[in-house]
Amino acid sequence: MNAGIRIENLSKKYGNVQALKSINLDINSGELFGLIGPDGAGKTTLFRLLATLLLPDVGSAQMCDIDIVGGYKQIRNLLGYMPGKFSLYQDLSVIENLEFFATVFDTRIEDNMDMIHDIWVQIEPFKDRLAGNLSGGMKQKLALCCALIHQPKVLLLDEPTTGVDAVSRSEFWQMLKSLKSKGITIVVATPYMDEANLCERVALIKDGEILQVNTPQEIVGQFERNLYTIKSEDNYQSLLDLREFEFTNSVFLFGQSLHYTDVRKEFSLEEVNSYLKHKGRLHLEIEQIKPGIEDCFMALSTKNDGHE
Amino acid sequence: MDMNSDVKVIKVKNLCKKFGDFTANDNLSFEVSKGEIFGFLGANGAGKTTAIKILCGLSYPSSGEISVAGFDVYKQREQLKRNIGYMSQKFSLYEDLTVFENIRFYGGIYGLSKEVIHSKADDLLKKLDLQHARNKRISSLPLGWKQKLAFSVAIFHDPEIVFLDEPTGGVDPVTRRQFWDLIYEASRQGITIFVTTHYMDEAEYCDRVSIMVDGKIEALDTPAKLKEDFNAEDMDQVFLALARKAINIE
Repeated sequence: MNAGIRIENLSKKYGNVQALKSINLDINSGELFGLIGPDGAGKTTLFRLLATLLLPDVGSAQMCDIDIVGGYKQIRNLLGYMPGKFSLYQDLSVIENLEFFATVFDTRIEDNMDMIHDIWVQIEPFKDRLAGNLSGGMKQKLALCCALIHQPKVLLLDEPTTGVDAVSRSEFWQMLKSLKSKGITIVVATPYMDEANLCERVALIKDGEILQVNTPQEIVGQFERNLYTIKSEDNYQSLLDLREFEFTNSVFLFGQSLHYTDVRKEFSLEEVNSYLKHKGRLHLEIEQIKPGIEDCFMALSTKNDGHE
Repeated sequence: MDMNSDVKVIKVKNLCKKFGDFTANDNLSFEVSKGEIFGFLGANGAGKTTAIKILCGLSYPSSGEISVAGFDVYKQREQLKRNIGYMSQKFSLYEDLTVFENIRFYGGIYGLSKEVIHSKADDLLKKLDLQHARNKRISSLPLGWKQKLAFSVAIFHDPEIVFLDEPTGGVDPVTRRQFWDLIYEASRQGITIFVTTHYMDEAEYCDRVSIMVDGKIEALDTPAKLKEDFNAEDMDQVFLALARKAINIE
């Protein structure tokens, strides 16, 4: 079965706000696909359209070769959807929630245990606890079990890792990898740029528009300038100094250093070095590095709206 | 950055907080200097929120000696609250009030006079380049503007310390960095910054970082020293090395 998603010219407006602007996107059957963008980019709107919970203003989309408007009833059986906001019944126990979702889809937990087993064993010790009393990481695992109980072909996960600490985030991505091996198409929305590298392909999305779609490696490969990392005894002061430098194209804080691009194609690093030295910076270290997804996102998004 | 290490604006000695049998904060001791950017990290459920509530005078500790901005958390909570600012991603501004109404409201809460509020509001809107949005409702503003405004409102009454609880969650990477510009600027003016975040690159921007695991502070130092101690390339590795040891991790 083709469990791919084809999105053509999809637009959605809320009042005066154009949430999605003519989106075109193909997601392959069995792919682990990332939708990477900040709050307000349109990720949730796109998910709600694909989950048949909203109607598009313009455009169309097919999932598993079925139209999301005309075939919404079939799509709901083929789709697992985990919304960004915890949407299970807080006043039901863990096992009651899972039974409820199994019943809604006219199936039984026992018949689908192979699908959820690896995740279920982690929350089974708490199966009689009310869902409202679970910790954040446990709620997330229960929500994932409930989204998988009817063996969907496509799984939509809306920011499953937002507000989740680094350890739980890495565990969650392990679970997704093992689900992918079962052949499910998985689309994950996330505001964390570093999670892009865990996907096969990603769409970078901002202000309702797709900036780029590609593999993380290709996106990074298309970065247009040479990128340099600059360290000194006072990175924030270096940042302020470089903003005044006549050849600066972009300069941003990046963890323990700055990331810098120059407006010129050919130039000597010594020039940047001596400028900063002249400004009083000490212990300068400048070297060329490979860009990451976050560098690319920032370059693409500042190119699009200029002023930021 | 411009730390005056002689002046400690947060002093915590043997802070414990228990809920029934559960120890949320287990004997915490640390000090924060004036103007310092102090990162307060930990996994979900490690006890960060419990500690922040105590430091903000919203919850009593079970035991320990704690003073914030020179005020005792048991006996001088009202003075303490007047000398701190607070901002979180969840609660910041009133969406159905305008930009100026929000400023006036917070200024009023902190007891600033009408004249002071007006003149400071003018300066603030000019600095943020938001003069045109003065009478717009918060709900109509882009998220990045809201957050810059929320931070500025949190320090509008010139507090000694501002507590930032995950201030940058979900924000795009350019806006996130613009937000850190404001943090550095405030720090240079002598405001102490106490910040929590899940972004490990932001941990690198702090002067010192503490990492909580299961209610205890397991590490506290400059990012450079922590990386050295844990033989790690970045703060992400330091955090993972510590947090994986947790028992009651979420």
